Amino acid sequence: MAVIDAENLSKSFGSFKAVDNVSIAVKKGEIFGFLGPNGAGKTTTIRMLTGVLTPDSGSARICGIDIHANPLEAKIRMGIIPENGTVYSDLTAEQNILWTAKFYGMDRSARKRRADEILSYLGLSERRNDIVRNFSKGMRQRISIACAIVPSPPVLFLDEPTAGLDVYSRRLVIDTVRRMNDEGSTVFLTTHNIEEANELCTVISVINKGTIIATDSPEKLKKTFDTANYVEIAFEQQVKRELFAHPGITRAVPHGDKWRLYTEDPDQAVKYLAALADREHLKILSVATSSPTLEEAFVQLTGGGA
Amino acid sequence: MDIRLFTRSVVLVTEKNMRIYYYKGAVVIFGLLFPFIMFLTFFIGRNINLLLFFPAFLGMMLFFSSSSTGPLITPWEKREKTYERLLSLPVTLESIIIGDILAGSLFGIVITTIVWGAGSVLLGLPLENPGLLAVTMLLGAFTFAALGTLLSSPAMNNPSNVMMLSNLIRLPLIFVSGVFIPLNQLESWEWVLTSLSPLTYLVDLFNGAINGNAVYSPALDVSILVLVILVFIGGAKLIQQWNLSKGL
Repeated sequence: MAVIDAENLSKSFGSFKAVDNVSIAVKKGEIFGFLGPNGAGKTTTIRMLTGVLTPDSGSARICGIDIHANPLEAKIRMGIIPENGTVYSDLTAEQNILWTAKFYGMDRSARKRRADEILSYLGLSERRNDIVRNFSKGMRQRISIACAIVPSPPVLFLDEPTAGLDVYSRRLVIDTVRRMNDEGSTVFLTTHNIEEANELCTVISVINKGTIIATDSPEKLKKTFDTANYVEIAFEQQVKRELFAHPGITRAVPHGDKWRLYTEDPDQAVKYLAALADREHLKILSVATSSPTLEEAFVQLTGGGA
Repeated sequence: MDIRLFTRSVVLVTEKNMRIYYYKGAVVIFGLLFPFIMFLTFFIGRNINLLLFFPAFLGMMLFFSSSSTGPLITPWEKREKTYERLLSLPVTLESIIIGDILAGSLFGIVITTIVWGAGSVLLGLPLENPGLLAVTMLLGAFTFAALGTLLSSPAMNNPSNVMMLSNLIRLPLIFVSGVFIPLNQLESWEWVLTSLSPLTYLVDLFNGAINGNAVYSPALDVSILVLVILVFIGGAKLIQQWNLSKGL
């Protein structure tokens, strides 16, 4: 049975159809990535799955419980980091966590123990009694994470949890997601960071213009676009695009101080480039081949985000 | 619906509101200072019988204190972006609305009880019916805290706009409610006008509880206030549901 099970969810705002007939099934123990360009419908979908918005049609079940028919029973099984949902600035870090824990029926000692453990893990023990208003964005996001994981929920929803964070905070979020997953939580994650999804997720769905256009494992999604092999080469000298006109090279794109040459046959392309350098007296500074990335798959699936 | 989960969510929303919006020094001081200013404004120098008018004064206090902060809560939470977090927790729209009303009610009851206590000691107020006074306090606080929650419901995230709307509705309710002229001294057209304000029935209940000279029967006053509560809660729920259907 799917732990998160949505069938034919649709939602319009006026004449704009934000989500159109979206169905999702996330199995127990998965880390499910939900990717899409801005305005694709990710946040609207997650809000319908978490009971914040009511869909125009369709249904969503969390652990088999319909979120819109029995919101309390379903919500008590999930922890959420909303996209815009900051924690309460006028409460301290610890008060935010303890207050959230009460919603899940945790007794006083369990709340205290869990808050101590999470504050320590997130590096906030010394700031536990400080008002959140004075915290940085990264620290606030850590409190938001703490509130989401305090009940050790079977299902964890994270809407763009690393957006705008520094490297350390981002790393902490990723480690926390892994840790919660190891402890048994099923994770539903939306992100703009494709490499993050690649690194974390077992299954990925790509949504564009309100419709899911692909669902698969990251590796299978990449292989769908195996024409996206490329060779990346840097010369000491400036070179013109025309030099790369060769039957084996489908596209040449400048990439910083390098050229990225898309090819169906990297072997043929590399041999051509070596011959080219020899003929034109060019010094090769670096050369590398790459297999298709999830980013390539994403860009092709969403038509470049258009 | 699991009633235990629902009750817990109501209590926790109330706790959050009390901690964040009502336990502030400025709010408490304003809550205590406001009755004093109102007393000076409306009753001093007018050569009126304070004992006769004190029930109306209490009604006005309960009305203002219960409905003063409620209109700010939802707009404030929308502006601070904590509203989505709140909706994501194990709560329903109903538990948020009732939690908001309970917090406003508690604040109104505490402030009005202090005013009543001070009035009793300083003016030697009579007390004809203690039970009715308790019911009046509870019912009045709940009614006007529900009004505060209804006023907080329109889709605004700017608290100052909400305060303008709030005052636009609350102030006229006072002037058409028999606070300044006893109900039994009203002309016929004034009688019709005052019957439109729920504050009229609260003042009448306070008159019955303190002086024993209510104009309407307590049962009628209570029934009308209960009806008003249902209308305010229903209205708040409909408006907030409508807002959510358009997004956050």
